[in-house]
Formats: sequence, structure tokens, C-alpha cells
Amino acid sequence: MSTAAITVPPGPVELETRDLSVLYGETRALRSVSIKIPDRRVVAFIGPSGCGKSTLLRCFNRMNDLIPGARIEGEALFQGQNLYAHDMDAVDVRRRIGMVFQKPNPFPKSIYDNVAFGPRVNGFRGNMEDLVEHSLHRAALWDEVKDRLDASALTLSGGQQQRLCIARALAVEPEVLLMDEPASALDPIATQKIEDLIYQLKQDYTVVIVTHNMQQAARVSEFTAFLYIGELVEYGPTQDLFTNPREERTEAYITGRFG
Amino acid sequence: MTRKETTERRPPVAPSSTPSAPRPTPGPSPVPPQAGPQSAVAQRDPSRFAPHLERRHAFGTVFAIACLLATMLAIVVLFALLIDIFRDGTGRLSREFLTGLPSRFPGRAGIGAALSGSVWTLVLTAIVAFPLGVGTAIWLEEYARESRFKSLIETNIANLAGVPSIVYGILGLAVFVRAFALGRSILAASFTLALLILPVIIIASQEAIKAVPNTIRLGAYALGATKWETIRHHVFPMSLPGILTGTILALSRAIGEAAPVILIGALGFMAFVPNDPLDQFTVIPFQIYSWISRPQAGFHEIAAAASIVLLVLLLTMNAAAIWLRNRYTRRY
Repeated sequence: MSTAAITVPPGPVELETRDLSVLYGETRALRSVSIKIPDRRVVAFIGPSGCGKSTLLRCFNRMNDLIPGARIEGEALFQGQNLYAHDMDAVDVRRRIGMVFQKPNPFPKSIYDNVAFGPRVNGFRGNMEDLVEHSLHRAALWDEVKDRLDASALTLSGGQQQRLCIARALAVEPEVLLMDEPASALDPIATQKIEDLIYQLKQDYTVVIVTHNMQQAARVSEFTAFLYIGELVEYGPTQDLFTNPREERTEAYITGRFG
Repeated sequence: MTRKETTERRPPVAPSSTPSAPRPTPGPSPVPPQAGPQSAVAQRDPSRFAPHLERRHAFGTVFAIACLLATMLAIVVLFALLIDIFRDGTGRLSREFLTGLPSRFPGRAGIGAALSGSVWTLVLTAIVAFPLGVGTAIWLEEYARESRFKSLIETNIANLAGVPSIVYGILGLAVFVRAFALGRSILAASFTLALLILPVIIIASQEAIKAVPNTIRLGAYALGATKWETIRHHVFPMSLPGILTGTILALSRAIGEAAPVILIGALGFMAFVPNDPLDQFTVIPFQIYSWISRPQAGFHEIAAAASIVLLVLLLTMNAAAIWLRNRYTRRY
């Protein structure tokens, strides 16, 4: 439908949508979006509030299923398989496609139990202590918490809590990590740590990040998608999109004329 | 307190620093905003406000005193009641009283059978009401979709919470004593009292479950947990303190009830201590009632002593509620 300025990234495709629309009751939150997310890259979704970027993100791990009245049209694919096919189990999809939320949401349990919960329910049979340590290492949190794994996760600072949530997501060994404004509730130093972490994670994971912060999108992502009122307006290499936008609406947004 | 607020809320005298009022190009000398005839943007005319600060603060003070008086009234009445009961009853409290059986002579009568009956009823009521109430609350909050059926159920539960306890007694008599042929037993009374407190447990549990932040559920789902695992590991443990508090308060109500138990057929003169759920029984509130309705002063004194026992039982349960709440809250 939309004749958007879209450059398809090279390389294997991890996630894809084809004419995907999402409706909340009568409201159309997403209009016929087609996008390809490359494997082991960082892709940022930007756009003003209510543009549908979080909705699009939540389609990939079927979190929209949990919203009463949400309905999707079109297709969403993960490694070529339809995420919404009848034989796709949303529980399994969410293990393979992890998610980090806007506000840190650790469970009110110990740091150890926060990381171990996912593997436990998913029938992890290896050495749990090693897995917890490894996951905390990957999230760059191990050195700060190694002496107090039994302490409540709520004693951590906001930035540490968010890295704990990343560690928790990594512990179930997902292939994709979806991040919904992961640093918007954090101070600049904690934000910097999350951004450094994202940079390291892309070696092993496909990362999709929704952000309000355009500098952040420019710093961490290789490809950027600009959404506006439920439509994908422009998608391409981050540098091109920010220095040489092809769409007028993209230019207006990134120069701060609206949103 | 009042004075401090007054000084803090005084409007700023020099509003020149407020950035919200854009002005036309500033002239060489600062012009007061009300001077220009066209300065509609930054019009300030103090005479258009009548703050009446003293009157407004005085009203707040009066209201606070009225609330304090209301509180004091409740406390004074409670203490008068307690003093009256303790003056009459303390002298009659003894080991023999706690274990003894009823007698025609107030000096020899004891509360053993009633105390035992109350504890039996309490435990059985809890065993029946807790799983049913919590299960209903979990289904309503976590599983049921918003529908007319759900709101019908919720409205009914709220209404049932307001049904007089004697009506539950009639129900218990018809259903448990007669239809289920349980007789005038502890079990029939427990089922009846369980029905009586079920709405309270359900509503308290629903509130506790609602208080669990949705981000916790989403966090668990996002890790590949099923609904059952999310409830089992997160929603239920987090709402347990509130559920327990509500349940214990509801049970406190159950052990204070006399009306439904009378209809079920509790005995006014219970000459043995029950030791089986199908035994006949009596409970402390009914024992108090049957003693107090006798003419002799001696029975009134042991009724007061029995009231003290009932109060201690209730206080113990409330203490248990607080202890459980703290214990389960501290774990996180």
C-alpha cells in the first residue's frame, strides 16, 4: 500500500512481516507493514508516540496475544515460519524471541532466581549455576552482583535491574532480543552501559530496539525504521536515514519539527 | 503545620522570572505587565482573587478535629466494653473453666466443649473456604475474559457478601443438615460458615491479585512461561500476604457468628467434648448467648469470661494474620 522508501538489508532474514496490520478493537495501530529484519544486526524502530513501533515489536514475540481485543492481519515470519500458524506455540516463540521492557521489571525474588526462573520452567537440564553466571556475565552485571546472588533483585539500582532483565532474557538462550525503549527510564550512565551491551550482543543475537531517542538509534543500530501513524515510512541503513532521509516526513521528524 | 503551609503557598511576589508568560519585545526599561492596554497575555490583577487563606486553613483544622473525635468515640466505646467484660469475667477465668463442661451451677460450668467446638469449626471452615475462595478469585482475575457472565458472577458475589448470616443458617439447615444428611454436626456448621465467608475471601483475594503489577506477568510470559507457571511462581506468591490477611479476617468473622450455628442446631447444653467432625457441637458465641439469657448473675459472669476467651482467640488470629503478612512480604 505505502510506497515507502525502503532498502532491504543484505544477508539472511531473521524476522519479517508481510502486509501486517494490527487492530485494537476498531483502532488500526499498524497499517500493512512489510519489513525484513536481518540476522545478527541491530535494528532500531523510531517514530513519535503512538506510531505503532511498540505494537510492531510485540508482534514478533506474540505479546499482542495478551491484549484483549487485539487482532492481526497479514503475516509475521520468524526464520521463514509463520509466527501465527496454528502449530506455533506462543510459549515457545517467547522463549526463542526474548524481550526487555521499558521499565525494569525484575521479579521480587533473589537475583539468582530471577535468572533461573526462565530456564527452570523451560526444562533446562544443564548446570544451573553456570548458566546463571554466564548469563549475568553476558549482561555485564556479574562483577556487581557475584557476592550477593541471594539478595533481592529490588535492592539493585534501576540500571542494574534492567541489565538483570537482559540477563534473565538471555538465560533461556533466545535467538532474537526485542527491546522496548530499554533505557528510557534510566540515567545517562546506565543508558551508556545498556548501549555498550547492545553493541556486544549483536554478535550472537538479532536485536530489535524501539527508542524515542534518536541519538540512541544512531549510536546502536545498523538499520533504522521510521514509523508514522501506523505506517512504515522509511527503512534503511541508519547512517543514510539520519544524514540523507529520502522521505519528507522522516526528515521532519529527525530534525525535530514534530513528534 | 498550618503556618508552614501558608508561607509556602503564598503566591510569588515577583513573577518576572516565570517563563510561561511570553511578552512582546522587551523595551529598554521593564514595563509592568498591566501597564500596556494590549497585554492580555500576561494580565495580572490581584484584586480579582480573594484567597481567604485563614478561612480555608481553619476549615481544614475543623475537619481534622471532627475526624479525631469520630476516632475517639469508637475507641472509647470499645474500651468501655472491654473494661465491663474484664471486670465481670476475669475472676472466673481458670484452667477448670477452659476445660470444664457446662453445668446447672455457674460455679462449676466450663467452656471446654464450646472452645473445642469453635476450634474444630474454625479449622474445617478454613480448609473448605480457602481453596474455594482463592480458586474462584484466581479464575475471575486471571482466566475469565471480560464478559457479561463474569460481571454477573462478580455482582452476585458482592451481593452475597451482604446477605444476613441467618439466611446462610437457613440454607445450611436445608442443604447440609437435611439434604446431605450431615445432621447437626460440626461438618454441617463448617460448610455453612464457609459459604458465609466465601464472598469476603473471594473479594479480598481478587484485590490482592489485582495489586500484582501487570509488568510481572508480562515479564514471565516473555521468558516463555505458561499462564499456570506465571500464576504459580509469581502472581500467587506475590498476592499471598493479602489473600491470607483477607482469609483470616473472614475466619474471625466466622468464629464470632452465633445465628447460623443456632439454626444448624448447635446444642445449648453440650455435655461432652466433640472429637469427630460428625459429632454434635456448640460454639463459644452460642454458649455466651445461652448463658447470658439465664436469670442468675453467676451465669452472666461466666458469659463475660467466655467473651474474654473469644476475644483472645480473635486477637490471636489477627496477630497470626499480621505475622503471616510480614513473613511473606519480607521474603522479597
